[in-house]
Amino acid sequence: MLIEINTVTKEYHMGLEVVSALKEVSLQVQKNEYLSIMGPSGSGKSTLMNILGCLDTPSAGDYFLNNANVSTMNDDELAEIRNREIGFVFQTFNLLPRATALHNVELPLIYNGTSSSQRREMAEAALERVGLKDRMTHRPNELSGGQRQRVAIARALVNNPSIILADEPTGNLDTRTGDEIMEIFESLHDAGNTVILVTHEEAIAEHSDRIVRLRDGRIERDEAA
Amino acid sequence: MLFSSSELKEGFKIAFEALKTNRMRSVLTTLGILIGVIVVTVIVSVIQGLNTYVTGEITSLGADTIYISKWPWMITDYESYLKVMKRKSLNQHHYEFIRENATLASCVVPDVSTRGKVKYKSETLESVEFVGTNEIYPETAGVMPEVGRFMTSTEVDFRRSVCVLGSEVANQLFKDESPVGKRIKIGSHPFYVVGVLEKRGQIFGESMDNLAIIPYTVFQRLYGTRRSLNIQVKPLDPELTPELIDQLTGLMRRARGIQAGREDDFAINQQSQLMDIYNNLTRVLWIVLIGIGSISLLVGGIGIMNIMLVSVTERTREIGIRKALGAKKRIIMWQFLVESMMISGVGVLLGILISIGISMLVRAVSPLPVNISAWVIFLGVGFTVAIGLFFGLYPASKAAKLDPIIALRYE
Repeated sequence: MLIEINTVTKEYHMGLEVVSALKEVSLQVQKNEYLSIMGPSGSGKSTLMNILGCLDTPSAGDYFLNNANVSTMNDDELAEIRNREIGFVFQTFNLLPRATALHNVELPLIYNGTSSSQRREMAEAALERVGLKDRMTHRPNELSGGQRQRVAIARALVNNPSIILADEPTGNLDTRTGDEIMEIFESLHDAGNTVILVTHEEAIAEHSDRIVRLRDGRIERDEAA
Repeated sequence: MLFSSSELKEGFKIAFEALKTNRMRSVLTTLGILIGVIVVTVIVSVIQGLNTYVTGEITSLGADTIYISKWPWMITDYESYLKVMKRKSLNQHHYEFIRENATLASCVVPDVSTRGKVKYKSETLESVEFVGTNEIYPETAGVMPEVGRFMTSTEVDFRRSVCVLGSEVANQLFKDESPVGKRIKIGSHPFYVVGVLEKRGQIFGESMDNLAIIPYTVFQRLYGTRRSLNIQVKPLDPELTPELIDQLTGLMRRARGIQAGREDDFAINQQSQLMDIYNNLTRVLWIVLIGIGSISLLVGGIGIMNIMLVSVTERTREIGIRKALGAKKRIIMWQFLVESMMISGVGVLLGILISIGISMLVRAVSPLPVNISAWVIFLGVGFTVAIGLFFGLYPASKAAKLDPIIALRYE
């Protein structure tokens, strides 16, 4: 099993009040699955994504990623897991504005100590996979929204992570460009990658094979698309 | 290893980019450090130069000569001033007594002086120092005649009206003529010039060459015996100086008839005392100056910290992205520390260069041998690292501790 979440609870302290964003959620994901996490705002899907992406740890319960217990790790161990296992794609792209496309894609490799020649080779290959080989030296402000998101996808897959985690990846794009991006996810899934989408759009979730619906911090439904 | 080479390089790259992007801000922050460094290094160098200068001047008084006088060179309070004012003068009997009995002395020289006019034909010089002394004066003063000769013991004993001029007096009175053998007037009395002393230069800004030397016997006949003599004594061996001082104290007490248990009514002065006086006077001043310099450096450092905090806030989202992609705390810290050390490094480097320029300027327009020594430069490098680290550490650790989730959402 790639992902195994057992009765995970996440609580936030807002002053004196304790807010439970996730209540005893359990979820299992296998390698090469293509799944969507859906839910209205406040349903806990962002919290679940943060935990799946190892940006946060649960208040209670366990999270096993590739059989490693993430829930007990410290900040630096989490950083290492994120670097090795997770490829993030964000709604707002989150590229470094002053760095070229190539340098943006190289970033995860810098943090795991890949040599510079190998880094360049891998980053170029990743950009080629998303069809941006001829835009390598461009900075984000010289690229269109769709191109930026493709740079972000190249960055997410450059390290061959276990999971590609996309948070509303088409949210800032027009429909046509969004469809192009979804095609890239499809091809990544076909190539053997595990893809998790977080979205509130039914049409986007339709692209995946499995939809997990959250409401009020619990899994409401978990079904094939 | 704490960092891989690619992480190190990335840190430099980011810092460089950041400084380039906020050029004006970086320059202004650097300026703060630069000014602090200039203030500190220039102050330290000027102090060093001044110390070297003063030590040189004091040594030029005649290295191991001891001066017996009515008054000490330094009076620190009013009470001792009043006490000292009541002392009786030293006269030629004291001098003769010392000369006959100071067995540890190689030479004993009387020295009495006043100021007045010197005339040759139509040329008149005002305020020349008349010094009455004996034939051994060149030994204690450490000066030799350049033209002609010094006076002889016979001339001293028989009160001959001969004089030896300082180089400044000789030059001004005689211009192109040779002074030796000429008749001049010192005060209102005629003297024959027998020699001219070599140039001695200035001590603390006062010329040592504006004088006319005559036998002390003649001096006393002309100006009376009430003026207090100084007695200059040189030891047989510089190492015997303490013993000589003991001997001189004993002899003087005997000559002045001081009973056991009563205080000396004379002073034994030495150039090393002048050094002590100088050090005492200037110590507090140095501490204050260095303190001011350090404060300006501190202000520069606070400038760095301020700008680094701004930089961290501005780049919160970038920090979030880097953390999401796997940057560990120490890498984020490194990134910001490099930035602050670059600012302080450029500031210190330029500061030292400008200080070297300033010290060359000071050397050119003043007698102070001001120099930026190697240790000041080492200190500068140390300061760079220290300031960059100290004032960069807090902002950098603030950046490193950011929660990636919050940082990613930062607008």
